[in-house]
Amino acid sequence: MTLPTFSSSDDPGPSFADLLKRTRPTDALPERAHDLAITHGTTVLGVRYADGVVMAGDRRATSGNLISHKTMEKVFPADRLSGVAIAGAAGPAIEMVKLFQLQLEHYEKVEGAVLSLEGKANQLGQMVRGNLPAAMQGLAVVPLFAGYDLRRAQGRLFEYDVTGGRYEELDHVASGSGSLHAGTVVKLGFRDGLSREEAIDLVLHALYRAAEEDSATGGPDLIRGIFPVVATITAEGYQRVDDAELRTRVEAIIAGGAAG
Amino acid sequence: MTMPFYVAPEQVMKDRADYARKGIARGRSAVAVLYTDGILIAAENSSATLHKVSEIYDRIAFAGVGKYNEFDQLRIAGVRHADLKGYQYSREDVDARGLANAYAQMLGQIFTHEMKPMEVEILVAEVGLDASLDQVFHILYDGSVVDEDTYSVIGGDAEAIGARLEAAFQPGLDLAGALGAAVSALAGPDRTLTAGELEVAVLSRANGRRAFRRVEDAELVALLPT
Repeated sequence: MTLPTFSSSDDPGPSFADLLKRTRPTDALPERAHDLAITHGTTVLGVRYADGVVMAGDRRATSGNLISHKTMEKVFPADRLSGVAIAGAAGPAIEMVKLFQLQLEHYEKVEGAVLSLEGKANQLGQMVRGNLPAAMQGLAVVPLFAGYDLRRAQGRLFEYDVTGGRYEELDHVASGSGSLHAGTVVKLGFRDGLSREEAIDLVLHALYRAAEEDSATGGPDLIRGIFPVVATITAEGYQRVDDAELRTRVEAIIAGGAAG
Repeated sequence: MTMPFYVAPEQVMKDRADYARKGIARGRSAVAVLYTDGILIAAENSSATLHKVSEIYDRIAFAGVGKYNEFDQLRIAGVRHADLKGYQYSREDVDARGLANAYAQMLGQIFTHEMKPMEVEILVAEVGLDASLDQVFHILYDGSVVDEDTYSVIGGDAEAIGARLEAAFQPGLDLAGALGAAVSALAGPDRTLTAGELEVAVLSRANGRRAFRRVEDAELVALLPT
């Protein structure tokens, strides 16, 4: 592989996507994608709390009426101070996350400075918009983006639609097939200034309820030890909550009468 | 009809090399020193924003001396090369050897075929999973590559600095020890360099996926020998 160099009029700057376009022909998509059984990721949500934001996603992926994966991960670190959660067609969604992570790191290295949280959110919006032709063929990707804004010293949440529309939400967001039920639980349980523990309990409870009502959302699996992916993003950075803590919290939620 | 003067190829190459060396000698030097936890890179640089030392990839760093716009162009090409390769294959497949070869190709090509050689000297360093896998490549303006396994010096005053570092270096230095050796070699016997005149970064095994970290401000002051 030779070093990629460009004339000044053709230089892609700090954009990894533009760099990729100049070095690799775009991949063709199948004509009638919605006839294929596509793996879908389902419910993800984000909640603002006192120190930042908490993001969570269940672990189930479905193909039509079949469960295709029990341990899929839908919440990823985007960079040190932000995270992205995905719902929709799993293949393009994971590829989008990979490109998004690379874009943020590529920008940081080329420019020698980190993008603002707003800038990161807009970047993801452009990527979702770029996926619109695929979305029209049934490969929609609808991510959530959340991060800690160092300038405002608070957590911020963003959701998107398939056209790349970017909407900032103040308190909580949810996306995917179980988002209606999970969102309602979060809406009822939310108040300003939740503690870390309360916020984690709230998202676990929301996913638990969504799994009861929506067949495409997986509940916590105490037998196999499969729990939702939960991560907090604060001024200290992205931190995934470990399974031991999730197990104790899930058990407390069930013992507290949530099973009824 | 006028005939162009014959100039021996040896003379052309020598002139170009002299030109490049003169350009490089005008700037300050940089050194890389292996220490227990990774690789330290220190450069004499009074600017806090125009960097000589930068991150290329997870375990790879870059240092350049000479003409700023030329080594910065190489740095960006390196970041692009690494990010593209990591995207197309896997993050593990990006290594300093491949990058050093790509740089050598480009510099060699420019040295022999362009009007003007690049007035730069660069280092490509990679921290391994253990100390035996640490690598430092020193690449010259004409594309020649040297693989160094303890320390490396680039820049105008390289011989004198190298001799001082040779005396100060010993295997198994910790971060403060490596920094002390690097800074005293850069400064020489008659000067002392302060934190404001230095640009220091490490590739450390303790840093997780992205091993590169700048050592700045209070941390640098605390590590410098008093």
